[in-house]
Amino acid sequence: MDVQKSPIVEIDNLSKSYWRGSQIIPVLEGISFAISEGEFLALMGPSGSGKSTLLNLIAGIDTADNGTIRVGGVDITSLSEAELAGWRSANVGFIFQFYNLMPVLTAFENVELPLLLTSLSRSERRKHVELALGVVNLTDRMDHYPSQLSGGQQQRVAIARAIVSDPAILVADEPTGDLDRVSAEDILTLMERLVREFGTTIIMVTHDPRAADKAHCVRHLEKGVLLAS
Amino acid sequence: MILKLIIRNAFRHRLRTILTVAGVAIAILAFGMLRTLVGLWYLGVERSSATRLVTRNAISLIFPLPLSYKERIRRIPGVKSVSYGNWFGGIYIDEKHFFASEAMEARSFLELYPEFLLPPEQKEAFIRDRKGCIAGKKLAEMYGWKPGDLITLRGTIFPGQWEFVLRGVYRGAERSTEERALFFHWDYLNETLKKSSPRRADQVGFYMINVAKPEVAADVAQAVDRTFKNSLAETLTETEKAFQLGFASMTEAIMIAIQIVSYVVIVIIMVVAANTMAMTARERIAEYATLKTLGFGAVHIGAIIFGESMVISLLGGVLGVLLTFPAAHWIESELAQFFPYFSVSLSTVGLDLLIACCVGAVAGLFPTWRGATIRIADGLRRIG
Repeated sequence: MDVQKSPIVEIDNLSKSYWRGSQIIPVLEGISFAISEGEFLALMGPSGSGKSTLLNLIAGIDTADNGTIRVGGVDITSLSEAELAGWRSANVGFIFQFYNLMPVLTAFENVELPLLLTSLSRSERRKHVELALGVVNLTDRMDHYPSQLSGGQQQRVAIARAIVSDPAILVADEPTGDLDRVSAEDILTLMERLVREFGTTIIMVTHDPRAADKAHCVRHLEKGVLLAS
Repeated sequence: MILKLIIRNAFRHRLRTILTVAGVAIAILAFGMLRTLVGLWYLGVERSSATRLVTRNAISLIFPLPLSYKERIRRIPGVKSVSYGNWFGGIYIDEKHFFASEAMEARSFLELYPEFLLPPEQKEAFIRDRKGCIAGKKLAEMYGWKPGDLITLRGTIFPGQWEFVLRGVYRGAERSTEERALFFHWDYLNETLKKSSPRRADQVGFYMINVAKPEVAADVAQAVDRTFKNSLAETLTETEKAFQLGFASMTEAIMIAIQIVSYVVIVIIMVVAANTMAMTARERIAEYATLKTLGFGAVHIGAIIFGESMVISLLGGVLGVLLTFPAAHWIESELAQFFPYFSVSLSTVGLDLLIACCVGAVAGLFPTWRGATIRIADGLRRIG
């Protein structure tokens, strides 16, 4: 399978640290790498290695201390908070470990959420949502609330929400971490399908070697440093 | 969708929401009742006529004025008519059955107070019968009195058993007009006093003066007091409003205390509602962070939290206002002896709703700020 296309994500000399009381804790140090368009990348590493922080930085939900991140040619480290919010809604789809669906909204309404920030009409939004729910095979559950769905189904709704606005990249933080083996396999197959059929770029943080096996490329982080692939 | 989120979030924890709504409703109900009570206290002041003056002894209301002042007052320019009377303070059955009873010069009194509406035949019967009396509709209904009934009052200021024949039942021109009072002939009182305590005869408690127009009221009041300056019984003349205000001000401290209590109730519910909203927002921080992740801004998140706080408080406010009316009706019918007229004004309803809005705004302020400014990474609580 040829996934080596032009880089969609370019990271150069990225550093990030946190303050804990009066102490600075370095989380990421001098990270540089690129992710090609349509690539399925798995980031692995022990707890505290900085993989989720790296994912957050790529997704524009955290800010770096040093270095640059270019996504689709845009240097997101130079964007303001408000610009980042707009950029995220247009370019990034999120898949969380615990699905993070709004419990008071139906599957349809949850998937529709990112589209509310666009200029699409109600009927256009409906078409997009039905299409996204069709991709994850949940059109028959669109009126169900998250509490009426299984964990695997909830994660599929979350994936539909992530892809509904057709983002440039999908970031997934332990997407199978809260699922049983069968549901996890189901989700990973779905993610593979997104890459294969729709050319989606996926960056996934995982502890699970079986999940990492589905990725085209696996990068390891240890104590904030990216190990040679 | 934001509105949908606000409404659905508001009822997510039904028991918590119901309890908070009930708390706000009870606080608003209590506030409304206390405000109405304070308003009623000053009702006599509000319904005073601008063309009526009250003249009393300058030392105190308990000191009388000579009956001879009447003609001298009548001659003062600007005076249209003069009436007079005494506070009687009689007791019917026992002290628990208290109502206002006054001895008045009947004909001039009824002319001076057109708000007391009496059928012409009853008016005539009352004026003709020196032992006759008239009672307000509510008072008559309370004791089942009908014209012709004999009513006996025990005098406190004027000792003895006083018998009256009910000759008429008046009703008020307005809903707020006093309908729980009894009026009888001043002449009956005076003639009885002439026999039992001659020294107290031919003296009145107060004069009521009708002036031609409100603009001359101040000049007439000064003229009356000037007329009796340096006499044995100097007068103090004031507008009916000022006279009523004088009564009300005697209990002003109690009224201020009631007002303070009404505001304390609101502050307490504000703290309770703020705690509920803070708890709610803390539980949903991850959801707010998720919405921010999806691109929703601080304004959206703030609107969701603030809106929920406003919805809960306004629901409580509206419920409290709705409960105020049956509660006021119950007080008016069951506690008529103390509160013959207990009606919630529109301004109180408006204030109730404004206070409910304030409770919602104050309760939602901190959680809104916290939710709107939360860092996404902190909200998601995921640091790999």
